[in-house]
Amino acid sequence: MASATTVEPTRRDFLFIATGAVAAVGAAAVVWPLINQMSPDASTLALASTEVDIGAIPEGQIITIKWRGKPVFISHRTEKEIKEAEDVNVATLPDPQTDAARVQKPQWLIVIGVCTHLGCIPLGHQGEYGGWFCPCHGSVYDTSGRIRKGPAPRNLAVPQYSFLTDTKVKIG
Amino acid sequence: MHGHSTFEPKNGVVKWLEARLPILSFMHGSFVAYPTPKNLNYWWTFGAILSFMLIAQIVTGVVLTMHYTPESTLAFSSVEKIMRDVNWGWMLRYAHSNGASMFFFAVYIHIFRGIYYGSYKAPREVLWILGVIIFLLMMATGFMGYVLPWGQMSFWGATVITNLFSAIPFVGDEITVWLWGGYSVDNPTLNRFFALHYLLPFIIVAVVGLHVWALHVCGQNNPDGVEIKDIEKDTVPFTPHATMKDSLGIVFFLLLYCWFIFYVPNYLGDADNYIPANPMKTPPHIVPEWYFLPFYAILRSIPDKLAGVIAMFAAIAVLAFLPWLDTSKVRSAKYRPIYKIFFWVFVVCAVGLGYLGAMPPEGGFVLASRILAVAYFAFFLIVLPLLGLFEKTKPVPASIADAVLAKHGSASSVAAGAASAPQTKG
Repeated sequence: MASATTVEPTRRDFLFIATGAVAAVGAAAVVWPLINQMSPDASTLALASTEVDIGAIPEGQIITIKWRGKPVFISHRTEKEIKEAEDVNVATLPDPQTDAARVQKPQWLIVIGVCTHLGCIPLGHQGEYGGWFCPCHGSVYDTSGRIRKGPAPRNLAVPQYSFLTDTKVKIG
Repeated sequence: MHGHSTFEPKNGVVKWLEARLPILSFMHGSFVAYPTPKNLNYWWTFGAILSFMLIAQIVTGVVLTMHYTPESTLAFSSVEKIMRDVNWGWMLRYAHSNGASMFFFAVYIHIFRGIYYGSYKAPREVLWILGVIIFLLMMATGFMGYVLPWGQMSFWGATVITNLFSAIPFVGDEITVWLWGGYSVDNPTLNRFFALHYLLPFIIVAVVGLHVWALHVCGQNNPDGVEIKDIEKDTVPFTPHATMKDSLGIVFFLLLYCWFIFYVPNYLGDADNYIPANPMKTPPHIVPEWYFLPFYAILRSIPDKLAGVIAMFAAIAVLAFLPWLDTSKVRSAKYRPIYKIFFWVFVVCAVGLGYLGAMPPEGGFVLASRILAVAYFAFFLIVLPLLGLFEKTKPVPASIADAVLAKHGSASSVAAGAASAPQTKG
């Protein structure tokens, strides 16, 4: 500082700080578009929902559909699978959630088919709980898509969806 | 440590340039007259080998760009077109893909050499940290380059690695979506990876410039780990001595490189990457490129997602702290008998982790990677700090000249000077 003897802040000090502050805001305003351009663009956001006809899926089958570039599993669960999913002591689960909280109709389980560990696609009707098994790092999910064993921290995510009719579901 | 340049221009044009931009005397001082320790062995040629590989990767990469299309529906077929239709395309692509492997092979030797001979110790900490930064940039570049052919391993490798960021608490998912430019790895991801894969090598060139600058400020370390005391007795000029030695090293390295390119070009690759990317189907067994395997094994050895990711990044970051974790005042493992043993145990652990990273994550493999991951960190965090306090080191030679003469059995007067005190820090 050239004016080391000045004790009181002067008008010059104020102008100096004010100019610096405006420059900082300006720099941030320029940087933001450069960062934000990497976020999903308008066309990606436009593909936000999809409709599926589930009438043709027989009991015991899992189909995979594509939603937002990701697989979504639609599982038409059997009585046995539903019973297994419901007869679990929720408190013992790594990510506690009841089966009822994960389905709208017990026979239809709809989950995003992306392992919550590192994003691989689990294989259906595999693993010791009869649900899914992830081949990448060995996570095991049950018939409700809940994590039971392995490195994944969370249950398979349930997307937003609604039944338009008994055989038609809208995901997203 | 800059050499006393004997550069005295006689040519008028050179004199004119020298008065305006002394670039020729700078080059002369750095690569001709520059004093290199007399006792350097062939492990010291890997710096030149790495410079050569960096240039080779940039040259082959730039020409491949002229034929490659960074678009998710065309990328795979444009790479196949390079392989089948483009003149010499097969050779250029094999040179580039195997070049990445050779680059990492050389950098691992370069790093292990630094660890063995204590090249990170004062006053070379900044030189060492710049090296760790180059290593990180190389990993980012190598990873993004592997995504470009858009095969199954490209796609799923990209998915697994970008998902590492989803482990960050609170903002992880947002960061991952931002990295992808969508809700999964897709065309926007490929596009930006291509842009960055082209950019990063030039950043590496810049950091290599700083690395060489730092090297030329402190001078090279050497197998005996003693500083240069007398330029006349301890050193030889870079040219012709180091130039020739480095050239021979590069020639032998090229033999290995060419063997891969022309005889086993796909040996280090994965057959699954010749299947076009399919976002709906994960290959049964995802493996990264071999040069990431030790870190991948550390990631998988921990059953918790966030802890696994932290451990993996920590395994690389810990290298940057090496100058302060190693408390011994003696640089070279030549004079550190116990350190030498631990060094080789560490090498075995690192290579072992590499092997385990390629194995399926089940049974005994998981247990073995846990043991080796603990050993890996123990070397840095327990062995190195304690060894400096307890190890009884051998006497360090008084100078490089003494070390060289003692080795080649010359006058006995030299041996008397050999038992001097170890180098002190700073």
